[in-house]
Amino acid sequence: MDERAVERLKWRSRRGLLELDIVFERYWKLNGGEMAAAEAKVLEALLLLPDNDLLDLVMGRARAKDAASAALVEKLKAV
Amino acid sequence: MALPVRKFDAVIVGAGGAGLRASYELSKAGLKVAALSKVFPTRSHTVAAQGGVGAALGNMGEDSWHWHMYDTVKGSDWLGDQDAIEFMCRMAPEVVIELEHFGMPFDRNDNGTIYQRPFGGHTANFGEKPVQRSSCAADRTGHAMLHALYQRNVHTKTQFFVEWMALDIIRDAEGRVLGVTALEMETGDIVIFQGKATLFATGGGGRIFASSTNAFINMGDGVGMTARAGIPLEDMEFWQFHPTGVAGAGVLITEGVRGEGGYLLNKNGERFMERYAPTMKDLASRDVVSRAMATEIKEGRGCGPHGDYILLKLDHLGADVINKRLPGIRESAIKFANIDPVKEPIPVVPTCHYQMGGIPTNYHGEVVVPKGGNPSSVVPGFYAAGECGCASIHGANRLGTNSLTDLLVMGKSSALSMLDYIKAEGPKHRDLPKDAGDFSLSRVAALDGKKGGANVDKTRGEIQRTMQAHCGVFRFPDMLVQGVDKIKALADSVANLEIGDKSKVFNTARIEALELQNLYETARATMISAEARKETRGAHDRADFHQRDDNNWLKHTLWYKEGDKLEYKAVNLKPLTVETIPPKARVY
Repeated sequence: MDERAVERLKWRSRRGLLELDIVFERYWKLNGGEMAAAEAKVLEALLLLPDNDLLDLVMGRARAKDAASAALVEKLKAV
Repeated sequence: MALPVRKFDAVIVGAGGAGLRASYELSKAGLKVAALSKVFPTRSHTVAAQGGVGAALGNMGEDSWHWHMYDTVKGSDWLGDQDAIEFMCRMAPEVVIELEHFGMPFDRNDNGTIYQRPFGGHTANFGEKPVQRSSCAADRTGHAMLHALYQRNVHTKTQFFVEWMALDIIRDAEGRVLGVTALEMETGDIVIFQGKATLFATGGGGRIFASSTNAFINMGDGVGMTARAGIPLEDMEFWQFHPTGVAGAGVLITEGVRGEGGYLLNKNGERFMERYAPTMKDLASRDVVSRAMATEIKEGRGCGPHGDYILLKLDHLGADVINKRLPGIRESAIKFANIDPVKEPIPVVPTCHYQMGGIPTNYHGEVVVPKGGNPSSVVPGFYAAGECGCASIHGANRLGTNSLTDLLVMGKSSALSMLDYIKAEGPKHRDLPKDAGDFSLSRVAALDGKKGGANVDKTRGEIQRTMQAHCGVFRFPDMLVQGVDKIKALADSVANLEIGDKSKVFNTARIEALELQNLYETARATMISAEARKETRGAHDRADFHQRDDNNWLKHTLWYKEGDKLEYKAVNLKPLTVETIPPKARVY
């Protein structure tokens, strides 16, 4: 995965809600700059969600639409 | 080096609630409007607002803008300017109904009118009894507002520049503001956005404190840019705190936890609120609880390896009560404190929530500074609205739900002032100064070229810890004096930041360094202003001067970056049409 593309995703992990900022801060700390292209694609799509919907997913109050998103959401829930 | 110039009628910096309300008004009038934002507009921090918009619609019973005004003046501990407060409270119903027409999905009554919920501090008949005044969209009011406003802007063709960070204000020799320099994250290019009028709607800078409910984007960018441009900052010592945020995270733990029987403990396991408030104990008002917590920490009875937090115990309530009545709290504590409150107490600290001070404006949104004997001389072409602006509506303490009211009213009011100004400016843009942009280029070049400089994360952490320990919710004179020295000592690090990543494309390290320079100005203004104000008023609570002092301190602070100079200007106690609400004790 191109380092600049990862940086872009890092920036898009800056959200309007503090709770999400904290979740993504932990996620990036765990993942560093390493990221598989497939996961990057799923993350990019998740980051397009409105903040409240994304928070509902991460807090387990809602379910992701597809298996790939669900797997990444589980990762975010675990951080 | 000459920078590329993009010309607009209006340049709006920040696309949260205030920025979007203003840009809509301007683009609707047919003007060419640029709205710059670090993040996609609907992911601005306005999205976090849950409580609602305060407006005396009177849908739930009799209400009046005059009662709303009284509550706001009292909330402000009489530091709010009464002309601006009257203006906001009178305009509030109009901007809420406009928002309804924009498609905002407000909660409704059975008769179809907008439902209004009760909120602390909202009263009928000048403090006589509670009134329901807050219009909301479930617990997603800010979210719904941003979406409604963004859609209107798409319709009226506001040009959005997303993932652009404004760097510095451009002023001409007469002090007129002609736009900003801005950095495009995608390319690293720096461009001049020239506007006949420029509005800052950049939000608050609550990240100056180690414990803050603010999202990471709230770095005080507009306030920092304004300070660098030689314009003073007003009333920066006033920040609203909440007693119980998760230590180290900032996520709020609602007061409902103490309502349900939770209580606070110091490191000795003592239920210390019994000493500070023998009757109300843990259910005392926010300021009493926050002050007690800060005192316990200051006197060495804080918990944890650094003695810097308090424990909120609720396990005695039992899993059933916690699960049934406080489910969200259990989720939050597990997620953000790594603590299951059914088994262990939650580490909490008083947590910063809202910035009352900011860029000085009048109620037209025009930025005003002292000049030639006039305390409120207009800076031509420059406007500010929302949390970064200080009209001053909130004075020393903001009334709940007035943040959204402020951004709607002041966003619109600024835009209407800008329309008049732009019309008067005529079709042509003024000439930019020859060196426009040089300052920003030199700042970025210094960052890129620095070797052996200060680390960004470490410096940010030092600023935040200094502000939290020395200038937090309850302020001790010795700590403030030391805090001034400590914050001044960090100037060298902030001026000599080093970043490892030197690339142009999406260089988040560079962006964070530039943000930190804004955060520093916000923090320094706060510390200097707080140390100087020798009284307790609203959110500025001093251990050594425990009373409000209207004889000496019924005045606004103005802090200048140059030499940390402080000036003061009178509070405007004269409303637009009604009688002055005279200062009296602020008790609820």
